Amino acid sequence: MKILSPALKLLEVNHLQVHFAIARGWSASKLLKAVDDVCFDLAPGETVGLVGESGCGKTTLGRTLVRLEKPLSGNIIFDGTDISSLAESSLRSYRRHFQMIFQDPQGTLNPQLTIGQSLAEPLEIHEPALNAAGRKIRLGEMLSAVGLEAGCLDRYPHEFSGGQRQRIGIARALAVNPRLLVCDEPVSALDVSVQAQIVNLLQDLQQKLNLSMLFISHDLAVVEHISHRIMVMYLGKLVEVAESQIVCRSPLHPYTQALLSAVPNRAPSIRSQRIILSGDVPSPIHPPSGCPFHPRCPRAELRCSQETPELRKLNPGHQVRCHLI
Amino acid sequence: MAPPDPGASKPLLDIKNLSIELGPPARGRRVVDGVSLTINRGETLCLVGESGCGKTITALSIARLLPSPPTAYPEGEIWLEGKEVLKMPPAELRSIRGKVVSYVFQEPTASLHPTQRIGNQIGESLEIHRSSRATHEEVIHLLDQVGIPAPETRIRHYPHQLSGGMQQRVMIAMALASQPRLLVADEPTTALDVTIQAQILELLRRLRQQLGMSILMITHNLEVAGELADYIAVMYAGQVVEWGAARELLEHPSHPYTCGLLQSMPRLGTVKSRLTSLPGQVPSAGSFPTGCRFHPRCPVARQECSGSPPALDELHPRHLSRCPFARETSS
Repeated sequence: MKILSPALKLLEVNHLQVHFAIARGWSASKLLKAVDDVCFDLAPGETVGLVGESGCGKTTLGRTLVRLEKPLSGNIIFDGTDISSLAESSLRSYRRHFQMIFQDPQGTLNPQLTIGQSLAEPLEIHEPALNAAGRKIRLGEMLSAVGLEAGCLDRYPHEFSGGQRQRIGIARALAVNPRLLVCDEPVSALDVSVQAQIVNLLQDLQQKLNLSMLFISHDLAVVEHISHRIMVMYLGKLVEVAESQIVCRSPLHPYTQALLSAVPNRAPSIRSQRIILSGDVPSPIHPPSGCPFHPRCPRAELRCSQETPELRKLNPGHQVRCHLI
Repeated sequence: MAPPDPGASKPLLDIKNLSIELGPPARGRRVVDGVSLTINRGETLCLVGESGCGKTITALSIARLLPSPPTAYPEGEIWLEGKEVLKMPPAELRSIRGKVVSYVFQEPTASLHPTQRIGNQIGESLEIHRSSRATHEEVIHLLDQVGIPAPETRIRHYPHQLSGGMQQRVMIAMALASQPRLLVADEPTTALDVTIQAQILELLRRLRQQLGMSILMITHNLEVAGELADYIAVMYAGQVVEWGAARELLEHPSHPYTCGLLQSMPRLGTVKSRLTSLPGQVPSAGSFPTGCRFHPRCPVARQECSGSPPALDELHPRHLSRCPFARETSS
């Protein structure tokens, strides 16, 4: 595991808030706090994993970092520049530095364009000086970096398997030499043997290109494998942040503990200590009072329903949002 | 070769050397080839494998849910409670669907009717299988059985008002309505969060104990299979490549494909710098390699593997493997 100097930051996120107005019928619109007071940073070459159940705001956070969503408040400082409030015109020159990979490679590739046309698009936008021949060479290089042949350029998305399409998605993201890659559930739709191929590919590319990655997934085992640090999110808030081995071996927040113990395991000894959470994630439109996790928390006390806990630093690099720790 | 019958009594489900072809007659592609499986009363069998290896098609054939044509069964027998399913007339088939075997699928949103209240949807299958009118109480009892809180108000809800986990519970309630002897669950937890997955697996364990039913679960995740299974059958390219008691198979996998699946999954708390991945992908039906179908991807393949196709041989009692070198691999 690499030791990363905290002084070197590629990305710094401070008190980020992303809210959506939900209009229902004639009633006044309600506020959905998808991302609520999130602070973290990312060093060059570092991978931070983001885990949580569906609907907790993982994807919104990822999309906001690459400015596909506009935050309500807070800053996103990317290499010294606050991109959170930049206008679209001045944002464009930054966009090449942060790219995104999506869960469903089928849905993100235009079925009517050849792979070559899809991959050329980011280069046409960000490197207009490059001529057609130069582009073709670059695309060939990108494809071979993700383990595909240059002959694929003239073929269409439907001719590829899910794993190959995800490799194409990675090639497209890397075509403009980004420094930050946001991966939103990149392996969730793939078979296990293909999943391992893609995880290995991402790790190799990261080392070769010194990429920073935010790796969003609900699969804790994959996140532990690929990440240096892990952030656990619940109802828009970070509830625990630490090095991945600390999160996975000695988690402190009751939610992290429950999430880890729910991971299916073939060993029966682990099953006996399982914490089964009752119920579902509450609606983010009407979040519970106090600690948002208290209605499902096996250790909740009276105070948990009244006071909202802060994300506290326990020791360098380990933050927990819980009254009882 | 059929797996040895561990109990003296007749198995609930006995699939013998089943082959399934899809497509126009005589030009069909063989998607399932010589599969034999048995499930005894109260037992759970998990079918494991990647997409496209024939798991779902095998499971759907038990109640002949695939339209034929284009589905054809050129070889094999399916014995369900002592009756041959492949020879049943349509009326008899209808009587086993739901009553003897019922199904739960991966996507509850796709299986539930969006504009029908869930109480009516569950009641519908009661009306088919009971001569008496479906009573309100029975639906409430079923919802209670699958752990849905406040069933009296829930029966009036529509599917979109329920979360994914609750919808899957409704699907299970619907499958249980006619008290089947065999529940076929096809990737029942794949679309759910881990916390909800743990709830559903716990529910299936409890129902199996309370109702004494057998379960055939399909999953691509061997860890999930280990949670529930008494026996595991691993499928690859339309064939069973390894079969065994769950603990034995997971602790001493013998077929290189099973080993590859286990090694390619990261496990919590185990540090590895790289995942061991199987190269390539599952071949599609109609273009299966000659000899051992796994040999192009197999890390320990030898010259002879591309020759004659290997048989499913007994390694130990209750452990079969379709790899002639399994004894060396498993040690």
